[in-house]
Amino acid sequence: MKRKSSFINGIIDGMPICLGYLSVAFAFGIFATESGLSVLETLFISMANVTSAGQLAAVPIITAGGSLAELCLCQIVINLRYALMSTSLSQKMDKSIRLLDKLIIAFVNTDEVFAVASGKRKNVKRSYMYGLILMPYLGWSVGTLTGALAGNILPTAIVSALGIAIYGMFVAIVVPEMKENTKTAWAVILAIVLSCAFEFLPLLNKVPDGFTVIICAVTASLIFALAFPIDLKEECENE
Amino acid sequence: MNNTPFFLYLLLMAGVTYLIRMLPLVLIKKKITNRTMLSFLHYIPYTVLAVMTVPAIFSSTSSVVSATTGFIVAIVLALKNKSLLTVAAFSSLTVLVVEWLINKI
Repeated sequence: MKRKSSFINGIIDGMPICLGYLSVAFAFGIFATESGLSVLETLFISMANVTSAGQLAAVPIITAGGSLAELCLCQIVINLRYALMSTSLSQKMDKSIRLLDKLIIAFVNTDEVFAVASGKRKNVKRSYMYGLILMPYLGWSVGTLTGALAGNILPTAIVSALGIAIYGMFVAIVVPEMKENTKTAWAVILAIVLSCAFEFLPLLNKVPDGFTVIICAVTASLIFALAFPIDLKEECENE
Repeated sequence: MNNTPFFLYLLLMAGVTYLIRMLPLVLIKKKITNRTMLSFLHYIPYTVLAVMTVPAIFSSTSSVVSATTGFIVAIVLALKNKSLLTVAAFSSLTVLVVEWLINKI
């Protein structure tokens, strides 16, 4: 009885994430098929990765026939944040969560799942975590499939308009944090300046996209981590 | 262009992503306390998303004008702490309207 109710609680908490993922994954599905991937390839990427930023960065590398090293480095850097989230989440799990459970939960430990789980007052149970990851995973997969299929059917005006959706979501993640934290704001501005330099300056614009993301983000983050380390207390509250 | 098969890309990216998520969850039992490392991990998601967004967002639609307008709408709504869904939906809607206007003129 108790077990069932915490599973249901997980499902309920996962619903808003699921709805958000439907639309973002839909945009990813359109983006990937417009970039030249097949519907099945696009779906496989979403079902095997479950990460928006990493997948978005991978598509141009794959369609351009980029090197495996480039893809590997790119994924490590973009997804590095999950290492922190997983570390933090490991402290929140109660004894009901065994090794096998961790192996499964890790697969769907996205930014949003992590945010909800760490927002819980008490340690989280096994059944709650399974409930929590179920709907977001379905939303991510179904959204991708519909987007990938719709990309070929929808009028070009709609496809063009939806092309900006995934970036709109990124703006919605970054801007509020910039407003909240001046240091992050400047780190982001530095990253954008570097990113534009790599896009528009001669020679630098020859660097492949996957590497550009790594170089710009790591440089800006490292400079700010060394010169302007964040307040640890503040970080704990945020997480 | 090279001939790397798709499934190799897929296996590699899924494997890397999974290991990053799984290893700390299974292995690390202590808390990270190094301030520089924590700060770096704090900045990384935001700088990564920013680099991926700018300047790519300007070529994400059929015209720079519609993309720029959509970008501005997204920033304004994000400043008002609107949800991811709201921001994404309204910036798309803006692009649709602006492109319709451009075609009218």
